[in-house]
Amino acid sequence: MPSDFPILSVVTFLPIAGALFILIIRGDGDPAIVARNARGVALLASTITFLLSLELWFGFDKTTADFQFVEQAEWIPTFGISYHMGVDGISVLFVLLSTLLTPICVLASWEAIQTRVKEYMIAFLVLETLMVGTFCALDFIGFYMFFEGVLIPMFLIIGVWGGARRVYSAFKFFLYTLLGSVLMLLAILAIYFQLGTTDIPTALEHGFPPEMQTWLWLAFFASFAVKVPMWPVHTWLPDAHVEAPTAGSVILAGVLLKMGAYGFIRFSVPMLPDATVMFTPLIYTLSIVAVIYTSLVALAQQDMKKLIAYSSVAHMGFVTVGIFTLNQQGIEGALFQMLSHGIVSGALFLVVGVVYDRIHSREIARYGGLVHRMPLYSAAFMLFMLASVGLPGTSGFVGEFLVMVGAFQANNWVALLICTGIILSAAYMLWLYRRVIFGKLEKADLMGILDLNRREILVFAPLVVLVLWMGIYPKPFLEFMSPTVERLIARHQAAIADTPPSGLSSLVGESWQAIETRLR
Amino acid sequence: MMSQSFHLALPEILIAGACMAMMLLGAFSRADRTALITGLTVATMVVAGILVLMLPEGRQTAFGGLFVTDSYGAFLKITVLIAAIFSILLSIGYLRREMMARYEYPLLLLFAVLGMLMMVSANDLIALYVGIELQSLALYVIAAFRRDNLRSTEAGLKYFVLGALASGMLLYGSSLIYGFLGTTSFDSIADSLIGVTTPSLGLVIGLVFVIAGLAFKVSAVPFHMWTPDVYEGAPTPVTAFFAIAPKVAAIGLFGRVLIGPFGEMLPQWQQVITFIAIASMALGAFAAINQSNIKRLMAYSAIANVGYALVGLAAGTEQGMRGLLIYMAIYVVTNAGTFACILAMRQKGRMVEGIADLAGLGKTQPMMAFAFGVFMFSLAGIPPLAGFFGKLFVFQAAIQAELYTLAVIGVVTSVVGAYYYLRIVKIMYFDEPTESFDRPVGIDIAGVTAVAAALTLLFFVLPAPLLGSAEAAAAALFGG
Repeated sequence: MPSDFPILSVVTFLPIAGALFILIIRGDGDPAIVARNARGVALLASTITFLLSLELWFGFDKTTADFQFVEQAEWIPTFGISYHMGVDGISVLFVLLSTLLTPICVLASWEAIQTRVKEYMIAFLVLETLMVGTFCALDFIGFYMFFEGVLIPMFLIIGVWGGARRVYSAFKFFLYTLLGSVLMLLAILAIYFQLGTTDIPTALEHGFPPEMQTWLWLAFFASFAVKVPMWPVHTWLPDAHVEAPTAGSVILAGVLLKMGAYGFIRFSVPMLPDATVMFTPLIYTLSIVAVIYTSLVALAQQDMKKLIAYSSVAHMGFVTVGIFTLNQQGIEGALFQMLSHGIVSGALFLVVGVVYDRIHSREIARYGGLVHRMPLYSAAFMLFMLASVGLPGTSGFVGEFLVMVGAFQANNWVALLICTGIILSAAYMLWLYRRVIFGKLEKADLMGILDLNRREILVFAPLVVLVLWMGIYPKPFLEFMSPTVERLIARHQAAIADTPPSGLSSLVGESWQAIETRLR
Repeated sequence: MMSQSFHLALPEILIAGACMAMMLLGAFSRADRTALITGLTVATMVVAGILVLMLPEGRQTAFGGLFVTDSYGAFLKITVLIAAIFSILLSIGYLRREMMARYEYPLLLLFAVLGMLMMVSANDLIALYVGIELQSLALYVIAAFRRDNLRSTEAGLKYFVLGALASGMLLYGSSLIYGFLGTTSFDSIADSLIGVTTPSLGLVIGLVFVIAGLAFKVSAVPFHMWTPDVYEGAPTPVTAFFAIAPKVAAIGLFGRVLIGPFGEMLPQWQQVITFIAIASMALGAFAAINQSNIKRLMAYSAIANVGYALVGLAAGTEQGMRGLLIYMAIYVVTNAGTFACILAMRQKGRMVEGIADLAGLGKTQPMMAFAFGVFMFSLAGIPPLAGFFGKLFVFQAAIQAELYTLAVIGVVTSVVGAYYYLRIVKIMYFDEPTESFDRPVGIDIAGVTAVAAALTLLFFVLPAPLLGSAEAAAAALFGG
């Protein structure tokens, strides 16, 4: 491909073109034909987008930490706002994750969605554009537009095609996220005021005064913490997951949650180093509470989707700990865990979706003994369940292991406490698996349940391959991240060496020393 | 000298002349000339708009300094004219159906527009008052235009009584200012305030009265009480007109008065405007939650929107005024579209105004529901729609002026406000259809809806023209 080909813009906006195409197709008034065409076009558009995005995998220069495939064009020149796109080792794999999951979601909704198919497919394609754009944007205004724009299609997906309490969940999702994000918008405006531009690379190089960093950090935190979500602002997630249609849950868990953690790595850590050091104890505390508390909550769930939703909160707790260990293993582990969780939790929601399509219940007690009728299904479920637990050889292990290594370097207590999360996750996942898959096949309507059909095998196959590939040979994935993460840490060290530790951390440090001297 | 300055007021002179000529035509012609006069009214406004664009650049005054033209005024005049043209287009079908089509309607509207153009060009407290009164008197009458309807006459009367009170306050404030400074000319006021650090108390009180009078005209809290009743009672196309054109003119006048002659008194009026802005945003957001009538809801929405625009004014800077102008221009387009959708809410030939009547519109009329959804998300300030940019630039100005409390309260109330805009989307898309609306909606309404929706949706593709002209307009106000 020629070097000046605007690959990122094409990958970002191709789905919108597909959506427009769906908008104009006519089925001669027959809803069935319209629906069929909409499905076909959506699958085609998202598949082509994925194939094009593979250029990012093969053409990415893994030796540099700079932004690549950069595109810049004038947008609002008098205001210093430009259209600026580019990826680096942090973001490139999330673009691929988004483009991979969208065709899978389209395929997974093939039969499950029967009402307003056209609108559904348009919503998903628009959502894909916004997701990819979020990870590619290198201008704050552009980033914010993509980041916030995601709310509109997701609100509609939950609200129109969701379950019984869909209205409540959709509103909760929208308003929670919006409240966090508008505070981030003010932070972006403050940065704009400081720099006179909204260019992200410029902002990353700029050293903000420490007292300003504190406020900026808190404003970004308000947005990203809700999106991750961190305890105690996670309560929108179980509601949204339970009520969303299967594919909506997949995107929500697979990509949308990653946006929050991505925000921490992209903005909070490199741009606001002093505040990051200052607030690290806060992040550790919230993450530990998230890991332990939500794991315990997951143990008590009767609803499969809710259980997986709570497990997502716990797994994202690992990610936030990993990011704020501020060392190579921790951050790479966090990035890897994000990718792995994106695939594994997405797959687990698809797994639930398969039986939900057949029985129309997500209650764990409604099932049992499925292994007798659905051997393929049970095998796939087992693989993803074990990956979620973090069994060596699956993708989950690599991420969690690296985060643990990083955490041990940073703080032993943190490492010890989040360790319990691994044990608890084994408990609730294995118990879920036993209750659904094993046991006697007693329920009458389960007697005739069918195993995975060809379409479902096609849905799961790429995910199975990826989970095993990432688990057995993670090097190709880690290679993408290493130079960028290295530079991020080097810059962070340099930045905090410049300014003496201030605020909370020094306060805590001083009082700790005072206590120690008293004790002696 | 006089011959040189007449041409500056050419758009206004044209409108005034056209108004009177058409009134004679309507009164003396035997046949019904309503359609012709409506068309001529639109044509007059289009020509006036072209004349505004052809005015000489830079700041110029006419009529011995009573009247000023600059690119700030031009920006507002164009916005007002576009708003008025939208309103007339929206009213045609409605008036015909409701047997209200009389030639006075477009003429009264044109008189109101003339008053608005005078307002934004006022360079003297007397000129300001004359402009406001010309506008207001025409508005009082069209609020009660449906004269055999109890609610419409009530709306007109209420608006008149409260409006007269506000005019009284404005005049009282003006007289205090005149008493303490000895002049009514904006230029002289500005000159006599240069270097004054502590203005006299009487002057401050006078200014506060003027602000109170203007706050009434823009329906800002605590002078908003008339808004929901008048919006609900007035015929819907009149409400549409009220919601857009007078708001732009009054907000523009607000900026002209406070930044121009009283710019030196920023510390005095900034806290007043900050309070008004916060109160308007908060009341607009919270009071709208429980509304079941769409016109009442839009009234509270208008109150909140004025609050956001005033955030830009509270900043008191060039960025602030730029934000205000961008906000108002986008507000006009979005609200014109919203009211076009409201006017399309007819069941069996009867207008309905309940929010619940929109149920299932996403299924029965997907295009209209889509447009309505675009307007609602835009009013909620969700990117990438136009409304987001409006909010972006006023909050940017607030941050730049270090009004952090105002900015934080502003964005938080915008989240509260998002709730009721989302509720409309929810009713349209999540609820099951009940009774569908009459079709077709008519080419005028469909056209306004489509144009407004396209502008709102695609604003982000090419925002530079609007932002650039708003920047030039704001710079003109600061003598740039």
